[in-house]
Amino acid sequence: MLKLEARAEPSGAWTYASPLLALGLTVIVGVLMFTALGKDPLRGLEMFFWLPIKSGYPWGELLVKATPLLIIALGLAVCFRSNVWNIGAEGQYIIGAIAATGVALLADGQSSRWLVLAVMLAGVVGGMAWAGITALLRDRFNANEILVSLMLVYVAVQVLSYLVGGPWKDPMGFNFPQSKNFEAVARIPRLFDGSRVSIGVLLATAGVVGLWVFLFRTRTGFSLQVGGLAPAAARYAGFSSRRALWAALLISGGAAGLAGALEVAGPIGQLTPYVPAGYGFAAIIVAYVGRLHPIGMVLSAILMSMFYIGGEMAQSRLGLTKSLTGVFQGLLLFSLLACDTLVNYRLIWRKG
Amino acid sequence: MSPPRLQLSGITKRYPSVVANSDVSLTVLPGETHAVLGENGAGKSTLMKIIYGSVKPDEGRVLFNGQLVHIKNPQEARALGISMVFQHFSLFDTITVAENVWLGLSKTLSLLDVTRSIESKATEYGLDIDPQRPVHTLSVGEMQRVEIIRALLTNPQLLILDEPTSVLTPQAVEKLFVVLKKLASEGCSILYISHKLHEIRELCNACTVLRGGRVTGVCNPSQESNASLSKMMIGAEPPQLTHRAQEPGASVLRVANLILPREDQFGVDLEAISFEVRSGEVVGIAGVSGNGQKELLCALSGEDVRAAAGTVRIGRIDVSKLHPGRRRRLGLYFVPEERLGRGAVPTLSLAHNLLLTRQEAIAYRGFLGGWIRVKQLEAQAAGIIARFKVKAGGPRSLARSLSGGNLQKFIVGREIDANPKLFIVSQTTWGVDVGAAAQIRGEILALRDAGCAVLVVSEELDELFEVSDRLHVIARGQLSPSVATALATVEQIGEWMSGLWDHSVQAHLGAKAGLVDGAQEADHAQA
Repeated sequence: MLKLEARAEPSGAWTYASPLLALGLTVIVGVLMFTALGKDPLRGLEMFFWLPIKSGYPWGELLVKATPLLIIALGLAVCFRSNVWNIGAEGQYIIGAIAATGVALLADGQSSRWLVLAVMLAGVVGGMAWAGITALLRDRFNANEILVSLMLVYVAVQVLSYLVGGPWKDPMGFNFPQSKNFEAVARIPRLFDGSRVSIGVLLATAGVVGLWVFLFRTRTGFSLQVGGLAPAAARYAGFSSRRALWAALLISGGAAGLAGALEVAGPIGQLTPYVPAGYGFAAIIVAYVGRLHPIGMVLSAILMSMFYIGGEMAQSRLGLTKSLTGVFQGLLLFSLLACDTLVNYRLIWRKG
Repeated sequence: MSPPRLQLSGITKRYPSVVANSDVSLTVLPGETHAVLGENGAGKSTLMKIIYGSVKPDEGRVLFNGQLVHIKNPQEARALGISMVFQHFSLFDTITVAENVWLGLSKTLSLLDVTRSIESKATEYGLDIDPQRPVHTLSVGEMQRVEIIRALLTNPQLLILDEPTSVLTPQAVEKLFVVLKKLASEGCSILYISHKLHEIRELCNACTVLRGGRVTGVCNPSQESNASLSKMMIGAEPPQLTHRAQEPGASVLRVANLILPREDQFGVDLEAISFEVRSGEVVGIAGVSGNGQKELLCALSGEDVRAAAGTVRIGRIDVSKLHPGRRRRLGLYFVPEERLGRGAVPTLSLAHNLLLTRQEAIAYRGFLGGWIRVKQLEAQAAGIIARFKVKAGGPRSLARSLSGGNLQKFIVGREIDANPKLFIVSQTTWGVDVGAAAQIRGEILALRDAGCAVLVVSEELDELFEVSDRLHVIARGQLSPSVATALATVEQIGEWMSGLWDHSVQAHLGAKAGLVDGAQEADHAQA
């Protein structure tokens, strides 16, 4: 009979092997799924794991999708490491996009190229403000931040619908619920011609380095994590739990808001009801699969965006539904949670 | 001759990183009070769990009344006639004594039956308790009585007691011993787990000593001395401390009329606490745990800043409203009783755990709290590990990988290494082996001799008598006046611990608080 036995020390090897095993399990279940759907499993896997990285253009698309995921996940990692459960990054992302739109719509032909900085800054401030509501309610009334942040996502969606259907509706837009296209000066600059990759990639890279330094080399980053690992020790040390709460929520809200701004003023170029693409929720998976570590999250963000692109390819080329993206994302998270058991336990074979 | 009540032979239990019991044999005769003596981590608890059926041995045989038994779980153990009173009570605070006892019994009995049988056992053994009282109103000693009655209701042939006196006042210990002696005289065998030598010598007529999971001696404790028992237990005699006379200097910590209502439902209100600690002296606070020590220490450390202004002063500075970090800058260093999770973060390295209270390795403090110089931090941790002889892999070892005693040495070392002006330590040597405990006490005395003001809060009277210059007692959130340790007796301190203040203390407290608590009057009537 197979049994689980607690390890004396968490296994270092399995900390790294567990995400790989989880990926392996995801692939196996994927094969079974494609077979059950009557498709060639190899062709199916090719859509998800080969075509997205085959050549330059898909790599660009991969980065376009990975950038917002990574930026949001970097912020969430601060939250989760501080034991603050912000699962409303999607809402902060939407409000970030709305705030960025507010600035972008002020632009006209004569505006300066630097306006785009204000657009991005507005996104950060918008996301922070939205996360700040959660922090305030938690701080003042001890309201559960999981519920509050999640519910604020739906409020944000309503705010978005109101704006694109009312005050910000493009008068020349054939009555579609969307804003007018942003002026070129308000758009996020691209890195190369012919690719949709924007300077967001550079910001995300800077974020990775910045987060590593913050978490592992600054005392503030250290104190936030102590609050997450052992609240009583943080109190004993004199690290304020209120400051940790605010810092974690404002950082993650700001990051999600920035991602919203980069998206709405980048690939999309106008405010539409389709701005919320689920990045805020997918980033939770990115954060966990990446072990809340800056480098790990780079890899998991790329993996997750492969699933997005794979889903689209499976739709257009194999005639499968795009929901496969969600199925793969969910599979990966579930297998990871299961495989993580092996970090703290070992499997042993015992009679009886 | 009847067979032994319990006979263990060749018991071995391995855990992934440690062998808890190795080839342990033990024989308990009917009516015998058998001590199992050993330090923390010697394997006493594992052995008892094996007897009680909550752990299965890897090898070895258990004979009960001459019959080979395989006890699968505690229910089977109880059916055989084995009962156990654990060190940590399993009682629900919000329901009554009778309801608690009822929970563990067969459902065919009515609550009234249970109440009656509790009362009859209570009278039979002089375990005075009211079955209708909610558990949260009981003192720790009374809770233990409930646990003992619960064990006795199954009419056990073998009663196991795990460190039963660690929560009791000396007087309550005497009472407990009367009950145990009566039980033994009726033929019930008792397994008595402890590391307190004088108790074992007084109560038990057989003793098995464990060290590192092995039996290192079997003896009759009444014919042994503390020194010979201790030698079997730790392999050496504990070093003697020298406590040299010294005039205390200026006042360092002054607490004046500290009143603090409880923060949670089952906490204790602090009632007008006043005392002083001067440089170059060790002040001890004795008391049974749960009498306000936790609350007092949080108010002193700054983890609780609800105290009124002017009630807590360090030197001349009013620190009542200051957070722990600010108090630390004034020279207050504190070792809390919980090591893992409060004194140290279990999943962080020893080096990173320094950052909880030490800032020497922090540069550029202005930016995000400062830059952590990892090399310097690890060197600092290595220094503490060497100076305080902490057994650890190195500065990068995780805090939770250390044994309790070694982690305590590291935490005490971290705080002492900061050259405190005021050093506060709670439950100095809980779960710490004898050698490490002696070392820590030695460090405390060295700190005192160097002119530091030291406050020690502990349940262990022996320890307090050993290190303190003056003693206070805390009971129900009130603090007694201090007595010079040289003039104090265990009996007097023990009475104070149970809240039985004599008249001079009453007058002292009455004058402080302006009233005398009604509950105490009732206690006097009872006494």
